Amino acid sequence: MGRSTEDRGPVTRARVWRLVTPWMFLAVPLALLITFTYVPVANMISDSFTDWDGVSPDKNFVGSKNYVELFTRPELFQVFFVSLYYLVASVVQITLALYFATVLSFNLKFRNLFKGILFFPYLINGVAVGFVFLYFFQPGGTLDSVLSLFGAHGHHFWLGSGRMANTSLSGVSVWRFMGLNFVLFLGAIQSIPGELYEASELDGANRWQQFRHIIAPGIRPVLSLSVILAISGSLSVFEIPYIMTGGAAGTQTFVIQTVKLAFQFNKMGLASASAVALLVIILLVTWLQRLLVPDERTDLV
Amino acid sequence: MTSTLVPPPGAKTRDLSEQDRSAHTRRTVARTLTYVSLVAASVVMLLPLFAVFLTSLKTSRELAQDGGALSLPHNWLNYHNYVTAFRDGKMLSAFWNTSFILLFSITGTVLIGSMAAYAIDRYHFRMRRPVVALFLIGTLVPSVTTQVATFRIINDFGLFDSRWAPILLYTGTDIVSIYIFLQFIRGIPVSLDEAARIDGANSFTIYWRIILPLLKPAIATVVIIKGITVYNDFYIPFLYMPSENLGTISTSLFRFKGPYGAHWEDISAGAILVIVPTLVIFLFLQRFIYNGFTQGATK
Repeated sequence: MGRSTEDRGPVTRARVWRLVTPWMFLAVPLALLITFTYVPVANMISDSFTDWDGVSPDKNFVGSKNYVELFTRPELFQVFFVSLYYLVASVVQITLALYFATVLSFNLKFRNLFKGILFFPYLINGVAVGFVFLYFFQPGGTLDSVLSLFGAHGHHFWLGSGRMANTSLSGVSVWRFMGLNFVLFLGAIQSIPGELYEASELDGANRWQQFRHIIAPGIRPVLSLSVILAISGSLSVFEIPYIMTGGAAGTQTFVIQTVKLAFQFNKMGLASASAVALLVIILLVTWLQRLLVPDERTDLV
Repeated sequence: MTSTLVPPPGAKTRDLSEQDRSAHTRRTVARTLTYVSLVAASVVMLLPLFAVFLTSLKTSRELAQDGGALSLPHNWLNYHNYVTAFRDGKMLSAFWNTSFILLFSITGTVLIGSMAAYAIDRYHFRMRRPVVALFLIGTLVPSVTTQVATFRIINDFGLFDSRWAPILLYTGTDIVSIYIFLQFIRGIPVSLDEAARIDGANSFTIYWRIILPLLKPAIATVVIIKGITVYNDFYIPFLYMPSENLGTISTSLFRFKGPYGAHWEDISAGAILVIVPTLVIFLFLQRFIYNGFTQGATK
């Protein structure tokens, strides 16, 4: 492969064609990849060291000022604590998904119906989900009506204060995304050969032992993928809180704050710095995960 | 939650038939608890949607009487709120804009993903490894983080506030589909390409006539995942197409709430209107949708 061209004979038209062909197929994909992934990352990093407002032609280099500001102003840093609610929620989400995937991989009545009901929320439009739950959490809305069936009357402000509001919102995130984890786990469990269960049953294993020794190791790659997705997802929550509360009552997340800094307050430099910080954190998490749980699938390259 | 899987600490039983009986009871209890948990989860999943559906059929006066979100509407065929939501929510133009974006971005994604995968898998050119690495590292960059910088590029191209902005972004930033195609293309024997080459086909003909038709299952996966993502996306159309006449399903519904802030019967109708197409497609394509997600996300 590494040899130079001389020892393979003269450069013929056919050879030129063979050299050029792959690039003809790759030109558009590569151009798009570079334009919409690498150039933005590079611009973002360089903007993060400036005081640019996003409009004026002049940008001044300000060194690490934006980063210092980001990590020293508590109101800017606070958004990370909001992520913790979503992180806790994703633990609940993954546990529930794991339980339902295990249960529904055995034969049960109405199996497909339950599968459909658990997965469907994932497919629903985010804005519609926002409105459904805005109504759900209204004082005197769906949740209060349900509670009054159980004798707990009264109107509650589920989206009122920071703690309550963030708990409610991360509950919505469990409702919405549990189905995806569930289907991924279900697919992985079903790819485990059935003979393993039969053999273990002959050996007298119960369901818990089957789960512990057959299912859990069998779905490890998908489980570890779900963990990365959960962490990076918790850091980059945007839609549901933006639609439901607009970031009010202490529900502002990292992405809502960045979008506001950039497009409402014209602090492009600070917004870029916070985006860089988010990117670095996500890359770090991914790298750590790869380090801790080595991936068996290294055949991509 | 796992309690249903663990048998209760069994009482010491000497008699065989007694042991049998206790095992039987244990199994019945476990089974019942499993069904109880499934029904409970289903209620949690469906109740919020059902309440919104009920509300969408009520009149504003019924809502003012405050019978609670779970009271039944007087007239089950009251479609008046749907008319309001459809007309004032500009849903017709929203469905049209979304379809336009869907058509182009799905076609683009399929062509670009399959071309890149074909070149990477079938040609062993010198820069192959760096190119693959470039795509691989690209998957690690979450697009929400770079949106502020991407915004400027779209603006420089003069595409801000046009339907081409989301189309280009959906097509250009989808690296996952390249992997789905790459995984699949490996399973297609190279001898097919060689046979065609002997018959005088050039690379483009091989790609178009042989590879692309054989990629059908992978194309189905990509179309499903991409279709659902684009239909439901809010972030990109919200940032890149602020004009009201360029509203997509998501942004039109979002804007509809503004003037109808307190009219939950109309907002509910709007939400149901947006959910119904998804529900219909899900019911028809269930199996393919599950497969699409299991294949798409794990690659």
